[in-house]
Amino acid sequence: MLKPQNMQVLQNQKIAQDTFELKLTGPQVQDMTEPGQFLHVMIGEGWEHVLRRPLSITDVEHHVVTVIYKIVGKGTRALTEKKQGDSIDVLGPRGNGFPYQTNEDQHILLVGGGVGVPPLFYLAKKLVAQGNKVTTVLGFQTSSAVFYEKEFQGLGDLFITTDDGSYGHKGLVTDVFERIEKPVDLYYTCGPKPMIKAVTNHLTIPGFMSLEERMGCGIGACFACVCEAADTKDEKGYRKVCQDGPVFPVEEVML
Amino acid sequence: MDLSVKLPGLTLKNPIMPASGCFGFGREFSEFYDLDKLGAIVIKAATKERRYGNQTPRVAETSSGMLNAIGLQNPGVDKIISQELPFLERFDTPVIANVAGSTVEEYIEVASKLSETPGVHALELNISCPNVKEGGIQFGTDPELAATLTRSVKRASNLPVYVKLSPNTSDIKRMALSVEEAGADGLSMINTLVGMQLNLQKGDPLLSNKTGGLSGPAIKPVAIRMIYEVSQVVNIPIIGMGGVTCAEDVLEFLLAGASAVAVGTANFRNPLICPEIIEELPQTLSNYGYNSLEECVGRSWKHVEEQSSVSRT
Ligand SMILES: Cc1cc2nc3c(=O)[nH]c(=O)nc-3n(C[C@H](O)[C@H](O)[C@H](O)COP(=O)(O)OP(=O)(O)OC[C@H]3O[C@@H](n4cnc5c(N)ncnc54)[C@H](O)[C@@H]3O)c2cc1C
Ligand SMILES: Cc1cc2nc3c(=O)[nH]c(=O)nc-3n(C[C@H](O)[C@H](O)[C@H](O)COP(=O)(O)O)c2cc1C
Ligand code: FES
Repeated sequence: MLKPQNMQVLQNQKIAQDTFELKLTGPQVQDMTEPGQFLHVMIGEGWEHVLRRPLSITDVEHHVVTVIYKIVGKGTRALTEKKQGDSIDVLGPRGNGFPYQTNEDQHILLVGGGVGVPPLFYLAKKLVAQGNKVTTVLGFQTSSAVFYEKEFQGLGDLFITTDDGSYGHKGLVTDVFERIEKPVDLYYTCGPKPMIKAVTNHLTIPGFMSLEERMGCGIGACFACVCEAADTKDEKGYRKVCQDGPVFPVEEVML
Repeated sequence: MDLSVKLPGLTLKNPIMPASGCFGFGREFSEFYDLDKLGAIVIKAATKERRYGNQTPRVAETSSGMLNAIGLQNPGVDKIISQELPFLERFDTPVIANVAGSTVEEYIEVASKLSETPGVHALELNISCPNVKEGGIQFGTDPELAATLTRSVKRASNLPVYVKLSPNTSDIKRMALSVEEAGADGLSMINTLVGMQLNLQKGDPLLSNKTGGLSGPAIKPVAIRMIYEVSQVVNIPIIGMGGVTCAEDVLEFLLAGASAVAVGTANFRNPLICPEIIEELPQTLSNYGYNSLEECVGRSWKHVEEQSSVSRT
């Protein structure tokens, strides 16, 4: 039987503007083998915050899981108060991650934007370990928002873009696509919807995308997180991001 | 302590059940605990045809509460009967089916189909969903319409019918009396309160439906007040709900006049909330000096009546 469990905070530190890296440990780390899955994280004690917050797994090493979150509202702000030794109630890992097990000796493109960057790191590590060549393109708003540049550099070619040009290439992630060594066999992308849209429009090779929707339960029971199936004749007509996703083949869901 | 409760058509092991729409059709929560532990299972609203629901965002968080505008998404009554309900047959827990519609005819059709389905023990008429243009709320605010609907469904079904009342009305007692007179076997209350949250950056409503239904601990005092008022004037039992998060909240609902209690939003924060409450309930009741559920139900006003009759003599 599943149950939410307390995890211990090992570290919770700022790594970029409004961006924190949180390291947690607990028995459920051993189940966190699939990149792209998320943790449904309880905020605070008491009932002020009735909803958990979905945060992607950034990395897993030994008994430690890393999560990177950006402060965007009350819940993520409250998370910054957590100190080493505190506990956090975590439900998860939840959802279906990136399918990666069968890829070997391929050239794979990873495209991430903002808080869509974190899950790609664990994925990149897994792909490289399986003998794939990985090229990564990461988009941020501005130079102070950039994180994990060094970490990704160790895993293959890396391009960084910023909206304002204050770091890396100025412009959108898609602007650097022509500079990527060809051929590319497959891509994975995660980030804001407009970015995912642009990426999927640009690329004709097979791809997978990780989507964000506001969640209630995070386990498939409340229908808060649905998105429309791309196929108008689809039997259900929808997919639940929390249960069927968050990762989907790019042609499965309407953007 | 004996926690069992007898309601029209239902024998509950205990007074705790999940609220409609917060538990899907049970499958997901069965991965967290044995659903046999529950007093009953209330499934998500069924309509005649499949409904896609509203665009996202469909939920927002508020202080000690949340807004939802799911829009009654469901696969339609036929699929619910063929694909969802069979899963629940393995449990020794009565199933209450939540029924919604846009017209009296739709309610009747859905209700009669569900009534013929083995494993459905009672109907809950959702005349109070605030999130769809045509989905019950017009029945939930007009006592005459609500009575007509109740009467029609009662005629079409041999199952006990619980009518789920909307708090978005000026006279909840009149609504309750009206559906009781029309033959309702029980009441469920309360559904969500209409609310809104704005997006500070864009300046517009955050939910795509603009308004949403407020639920969670924030609405508990409203639910308690309404159950307190209604239970004094009707003779049918009430399933109480609205912001329940612990055994003490359950006690408060019983004292207000509810005979059983449903837990909604709290399932999202803690998927194990229902079995945890069931386990704590006997100890909580005895901590406050109660030895049975019956002595709690409606005590908030019965107690006052007793005292005043004592002081009169
Ligand atoms: C599968 C998934 C994985 C995610 N992974 C990450 C990650 O690794 N790092 C990260 O920084 N962020 C991630 N997000 C986004 C993150 O969940 C939101 O930024 C966060 O919930 C905001 O909470 P808040 O209380 O600070 O904001 P508020 O706006 O105060 O939150 C109010 C409500 O809206 C929800 N909400 C607000 N923005 C979003 C959003 N963009 N997506 C989903 N729900 C939202 C909140 O969960 C909460 O229920 C992910 C989202 C999803 C769906
Ligand atoms: C996400 C969500 C979906 C709901 N769907 C339904 C529904 O389909 N039918 C219904 O009668 N009530 C529905 N409700 C209302 C609940 O059953 C309950 O009456 C209300 O939320 C108050 O209880 P709570 O504060 O414990 O959540 C829904 C509530 C929520 C939060
Ligand atoms: S968040 Fe409840 S169904 Fe996905």
